[in-house]
Amino acid sequence: MAKRIETIRLSCFYGSYKAVDDASLVIEPKSVTALIGPSGCGKSTYLRALNRMHEVIPGARVEGSVLLDDVDIYRPDVDPVAVRRTIGMVFQRPNPFPTMSIYDNVAAGLKLNGVRRKSELDDAVERSIKAANLWGEVKDRLGKAGAGLSGGQQQRLCIARAIAVEPAVLLMDEPCSALDPISTLAIEDLISQLKDSYTIVIVTHNMQQAARVSDTTGFFTLRGPGEAGYLVEVDTTTKIFTNPTEQRTEDYITGRFG
Amino acid sequence: MVSGTNGAPDAGPLPPGQASRPGPAGAGVRTRPPADLVGPRRRGDGIFRGLTLSAGIFVLAILVAIAVFLIAKSVPAIAQDKGNFFTTKTWDPDGSKVFGIAALAFGTVLSSVLALILTVPLALGVAIFIVEYAPKRIATFLGYAVDMLAAVPSVVYGLWAVYFLLKRMVPLQVFLADHFGWIPLFADPENRAGQFSQSVLAAALILGVMILPIIAAISREVISQVDPAQREGMLALGATHWEMVRMAVLPPSRPGIVGGIMLGLGRALGETIAIALVIGASFTISPHIMSSGNAIAANIAVKFAEAGSLGRNALIASGLVLFAITLVVNLTARAIIYRAGAVERSAAV
Ligand SMILES: Nc1ncnc2c1ncn2[C@@H]1O[C@H](COP(=O)(O)OP(=O)(O)OP(=O)(O)O)[C@@H](O)[C@H]1O
Ligand SMILES: [Mg+2]
Repeated sequence: MAKRIETIRLSCFYGSYKAVDDASLVIEPKSVTALIGPSGCGKSTYLRALNRMHEVIPGARVEGSVLLDDVDIYRPDVDPVAVRRTIGMVFQRPNPFPTMSIYDNVAAGLKLNGVRRKSELDDAVERSIKAANLWGEVKDRLGKAGAGLSGGQQQRLCIARAIAVEPAVLLMDEPCSALDPISTLAIEDLISQLKDSYTIVIVTHNMQQAARVSDTTGFFTLRGPGEAGYLVEVDTTTKIFTNPTEQRTEDYITGRFG
Repeated sequence: MVSGTNGAPDAGPLPPGQASRPGPAGAGVRTRPPADLVGPRRRGDGIFRGLTLSAGIFVLAILVAIAVFLIAKSVPAIAQDKGNFFTTKTWDPDGSKVFGIAALAFGTVLSSVLALILTVPLALGVAIFIVEYAPKRIATFLGYAVDMLAAVPSVVYGLWAVYFLLKRMVPLQVFLADHFGWIPLFADPENRAGQFSQSVLAAALILGVMILPIIAAISREVISQVDPAQREGMLALGATHWEMVRMAVLPPSRPGIVGGIMLGLGRALGETIAIALVIGASFTISPHIMSSGNAIAANIAVKFAEAGSLGRNALIASGLVLFAITLVVNLTARAIIYRAGAVERSAAV
């Protein structure tokens, strides 16, 4: 079940260093939201704050709130583990578990959720790998290591792993940055399909990709070197790419600033 | 491995009708390469290769020399044995010439394996705690403490056991005998539990303390080397900290941890002086760990000075058996590590 996310005046810190300043943004369910902006502006940091992965880094913390539907996931009585089960994540660098087979990689999240029945696992594994457009390539070697796949296949394996637990929201941090154009298109197709059931947030440096896959686009930038990143504007993707409100956005997407 | 069907058709003739690819036999081969493509002759490479090769050969040579020495001294000694060297429990080479390795080998393996059983969970716990749970300052301090334990000479451990540990073990022995006496391991037919005494259990305990830092330090190192991306991947799936450790940290660490355990076991098997001080030097094969026992290396240390010529060679023969035991342990460890890597190796398909 797709859920809505809203961040209210969210700031993210690494120790005393503020990486994201005061970002307020609504992410609608069953839509794709793209986050774009220059390197170091805090896109990954912001994304990781959405499923409480930010705090995994020692000294990292946030201010402000993140609402998942109507619940602030940063309330003290909310369990970050439960949040991460609801909000899945795909990382920039494919990170399949090296000691696990392809099958076990995809089943890992289900096993964490206490699923033990073989038939149930089999079904979910097959369904997720199919959804990740990977089934044809791996169905004959599910028992082999995921690390033996190509980079693009590994990334789709990681997507399969993330969607196997049927999260409400899927966060993707530059999922195609290490991939060739064909794998990239395969993943973009996949994102369009997944949109029917999930809320998707994707960080990308590829403007065409943002334009192709997203409904809404948020533009982050830096006020200056060493300063906190902030959200300049967020609007429908069409608007951002044709007629943005802010001059800085226009400069960025037309390549006059980067 | 590339399967035959989609591999390059390098082997075998080209199918008829297919154009041959431009190959090295082209015209270019006769042209001399320009100066900037002619590399300097890399003499350093050759020297370095020679050095590393001779280092490798040197190690092998030492190993062979030791084996040859052990065998050359052992075979005549075993030939003069009036008993069966492999099944006899007593050790009297200079008197009746009846001696055998059975009790010694049994005691060596029993005390070392017991030490492992006692220590591995603790060492892993310490390692996991240091890497995963302890606040930074406590982790650093604990790390140093573990390293210090490793630096204590074994004779100090032995003395500590004799003057401190043995008498404090009495209540534990009584407890074990009273409540678990029905298990042969803890049975106390000689009524020794209640008194201050040398025993296999004491030897195992002190061995355990001695190998704890080795296993803990190696495990800590291996665990801390696990790629953070693996940890984050598992956490992002909704794993608790412990689930992350169990599913994403320990599996890739396993070969290294097994290696650490085997190093520890190797040290336990070969430990001499601490064991000689606490194990009690009796030549029996008994499962009762609160009775005294013996071990190969300790026996060598105790007996060597006053042994006659056959006695010395007999001790060397026992050393050969110890050598064989450690060899088997190492090979087993390699097999375990190899099997654990089966899935990873399948990545090479
Ligand atoms: N673990 C960390 N510790 C301290 N500072 C960090 C850490 N990770 C990121 N930062 C800092 O936070 C800021 C934002 O980083 P972030 O990774 O979110 O940028 P980004 O927008 O994702 O950049 P990119 O497009 O290059 O991935 C940067 O200045 C970065 O140096
Ligand atoms: Mg980033």
